[in-house]
Amino acid sequence: MSDSDLSAILLTLRLAGTVTVLLLLLAMPLAWWLARTRSRARGAVAAVVALPLVLPPSVLGFYLLVFLGPNGPGGRLTESLGLGTLPFTFPGLVVASVLYSLPFAVQPLQNAFEAIGERPLEVAATLRAGPWDTFFSVVLPLSRPGLFSAAVLGFAHTVGEFGVVLMMGGNIPDRTRVVSVLIYDHVDALEYTQAHWLSGGMLAFSFLVLFLLYGFKRNPVGRP
Amino acid sequence: MSTLLARFHIPRGDFALDVDLTLPGRGVTALFGHSGSGKTTLLRAMAGLERAPGGYFALDGEVWQDESRDLFLPPHRRALGYVFQEASLFPHLSVRGNLEFGLRRTLPGARKFRTEAVAELLGIAPLLARRPDSLSGGERQRAAIARALLASPRLLLMDEPLAALDLKRRNEILPYLERLHDELSIPVIYVSHAPDEVARLADHLVLLDGGRAVASGPLSETLARLDLPPAFADDAGVVLETVVAAHEEDDLTRLQFPGGSIHVSRRPEGVGQRLRCRIHARDVSLSLDAESRSSILNRLAATVVDLADTDKPGHVLVRLDMGGSPLLARITRRSAQLLAIRPGQAVVAQIKSVALLA
Repeated sequence: MSDSDLSAILLTLRLAGTVTVLLLLLAMPLAWWLARTRSRARGAVAAVVALPLVLPPSVLGFYLLVFLGPNGPGGRLTESLGLGTLPFTFPGLVVASVLYSLPFAVQPLQNAFEAIGERPLEVAATLRAGPWDTFFSVVLPLSRPGLFSAAVLGFAHTVGEFGVVLMMGGNIPDRTRVVSVLIYDHVDALEYTQAHWLSGGMLAFSFLVLFLLYGFKRNPVGRP
Repeated sequence: MSTLLARFHIPRGDFALDVDLTLPGRGVTALFGHSGSGKTTLLRAMAGLERAPGGYFALDGEVWQDESRDLFLPPHRRALGYVFQEASLFPHLSVRGNLEFGLRRTLPGARKFRTEAVAELLGIAPLLARRPDSLSGGERQRAAIARALLASPRLLLMDEPLAALDLKRRNEILPYLERLHDELSIPVIYVSHAPDEVARLADHLVLLDGGRAVASGPLSETLARLDLPPAFADDAGVVLETVVAAHEEDDLTRLQFPGGSIHVSRRPEGVGQRLRCRIHARDVSLSLDAESRSSILNRLAATVVDLADTDKPGHVLVRLDMGGSPLLARITRRSAQLLAIRPGQAVVAQIKSVALLA
């Protein structure tokens, strides 16, 4: 394994780890709102969150590029905050990946929150727990399987993305070149051996993740 | 004397809860009615789980809700305990974790009970380390009651806590509820559609029908009213507070009450112990002869107070007075005419059966 391979793997893991943390922080309130709200905006918000499921990654990447570029409103904002522009940087990759993986984290969480139902929340309220207290001491513990699914799927999906990363990150060694892009480079350069190693690794990793996920799901809490 | 004021108007489609109640701030008040009568909605409104404009709720002068000045304490700011129909224990916590959930959220100075004492009172002390899913239905419901008590409530609200249990479990819990009644000074609002539960536990009775409180008053007085809507006709009857007077040789026990005594099959309770019993109107017949050869043992002198129609056209309901204690009899209209039953008349009430509530 070459240095550039190792660097790409470490970068991929750093990206996926960062994205997973941000994803959960963002998906928890969003999924809670989607699970509980009676607002008319619910349908529209749910559709926007689910868009990455059906859009070609290149479309998402293109709009992000335009929006966060030096002439886009997002880009002007980040520049005025002294952050520079995000495209072709690691933070840019993080932003794009969070958006792209959002439905994979929101949906299991939303399902878990909805499955809890009204009763445990009412019980907690009659036992002096305020809304925040209830969220942390009842909702989150009861949603543990959903939280686990969201984290694993978010992480795995970020590791496995290609199009958005290519559009938003470019292909800058050590900075934005992740494993999936590197495999493309290897194949392009007819370096099949390296491509095999990395692809095989990705395959094994993805299988392991899904196996863990479905293995856990088979034994939900409280059932033999 | 402390009181509880509840005024709610909650429209729900073609149903509306519309009550304005003053209830005693002590003892057990039963909200009794058939399903759809609004009793659970009323209980939820008291807890603050339902909110509707114009509501007012105060306990002992402490106002929890007064929408006229935009005051609404959310449930978690009300010092109440709520027991739901299903135990609804938190599956992620042990029994002890469940019990202490509300306790830990109560200021140490405001705590009324200790975990061990309440667990002992409800017979779940040996189960504290267990997970809720390893408990029987009856144990779970007792844990839910203990959990509500440990939150040191000033008002305990119970929504048919026995309805989800079978008869055996129900009989397992009832004695504990009676202990609560006897040993704690917390007012309890108890929702039920089971007449026997109400007769056994309640001191005060509110009858709900179609979202309205059609009667509210002390238990035996309210049960003996003749003007109740037809929905309650099948349950017509009275509750007598009796004292065990003697155990007689032929395996009968004599129960004394103001205005007379009745005999029942031998009871395990000792002489002097109090015993509530319920006499259905349909189990009481009337006779004009004091001397009569009959297998019916309990024949009591009574005076007719009033007559009223029942939901069945062939029957009338007769209210009797036995030296201060009320009694209801349901007889056929024909019998009433043949015997010329009228207010003021002296009759003999023959009681076919007595339900003992213990």
